[in-house]
Amino acid sequence: MHEMGVAMQMVEIALSSIPKNINNPRIKKINLKIGELTAIVEDSFKFCFKIITEDTPLKNAKLIIESVPVKAQCQNCNHTWDVKNSVFTCPGCEKGTVDLISGRELEILSLEIEE
Amino acid sequence: MEINIQEKILRANDDMACKNRKYFTEKKVFVLNMMSSPGSGKTETLCKTLKKITPEIKTGVITGDICTTNDADRLKKTGVAAIQINTDQFGGDCHLAAHLIEKAAQNLNLKNLDLLIIENIGNLVCPAEFDIGEDAKAVVLSVTEGEDKPLKYPLMFQEADIAILNKIDLLPYLDFDLKEAVKNIKQVHPKIPVFEISAKTEQGFEPWIKWLKTSVKSKLMVL
Ligand SMILES: Nc1nc2c(ncn2[C@@H]2O[C@H](COP(=O)(O)OP(=O)(O)OP(=O)(O)O)[C@@H](O)[C@H]2O)c(=O)[nH]1
Ligand SMILES: [Mg+2]
Ligand SMILES: [Zn+2]
Repeated sequence: MHEMGVAMQMVEIALSSIPKNINNPRIKKINLKIGELTAIVEDSFKFCFKIITEDTPLKNAKLIIESVPVKAQCQNCNHTWDVKNSVFTCPGCEKGTVDLISGRELEILSLEIEE
Repeated sequence: MEINIQEKILRANDDMACKNRKYFTEKKVFVLNMMSSPGSGKTETLCKTLKKITPEIKTGVITGDICTTNDADRLKKTGVAAIQINTDQFGGDCHLAAHLIEKAAQNLNLKNLDLLIIENIGNLVCPAEFDIGEDAKAVVLSVTEGEDKPLKYPLMFQEADIAILNKIDLLPYLDFDLKEAVKNIKQVHPKIPVFEISAKTEQGFEPWIKWLKTSVKSKLMVL
């Protein structure tokens, strides 16, 4: 289960992004972007987040996850499509080499700190 | 108050992978990351492959498992340097991360190698997410696992540069539909080369060995 490792990395970045001059900071929300092709199970990720943030300013912070659809583009005919059911074959020409243009995102966008 | 961050969550791993990649290139070593679910035959394929490519291609292996040194012991019998990584000391991680490779590679004399093969931990999900600084990724799927695995684990098959379909010696005893499996792999990754092999009988090895040797040589040539 790599959700734990990913959650730990995310928490590390989040903690180091809190301005040092705030006393007793409380984080309300963490905004994230997760591509649908990444192998992250949202519930496991949230569960891991909860256990590792118990004694931190991130405790009870809400994870707002923007999920990014999988999009591909064909190098041969430039057709762009939403990948459904793992079909990466170009629906336009059925023969081109395919580039993944979204769906692999795993990003932390911002934190919302309680005033 | 909103604090803007906009950062990749796996940036620390990506940075380390980048460092590894540069280091491997400096040392003129082609690096292959081999992945599959547990028991698909990564170690067996490697043992047979090593017999065929050494000493022509000077090869080292790093193998990852949660515990035991069984795989490294099997690989060492072929005469190559094999380093075992056990992740149980790091929380039993289900994948190899870039920092583990950096550490393990220090125990290999890379200057004397042309090829480094990294056998990842048996898992079709997690290893696909982590760049370790390899030049190419191979996924092994065995015919006992079902034709639909590429559709169930699209990230792995999308990330892989080649696919190895192993244990074809067992086909007569199974209902496995080889054509369907290849079709599913190509649906997820249309241009991927697929090598159908048996690590047991060594059937079908030539095209795979040729791919491997060509990849090693083309990296050395560019450098
Ligand atoms: N019949 C048959 N058996 C095979 C073949 N390749 C591997 N095996 C057997 O499958 C079992 C697992 O093979 P390994 O090489 O250990 O698989 P692995 O992918 O390295 O496994 P982990 O490292 O534990 O994930 C062993 O008993 C092998 O002998 C093959 O081509 N045909
Ligand atoms: Mg093995
Ligand atoms: Zn096309």
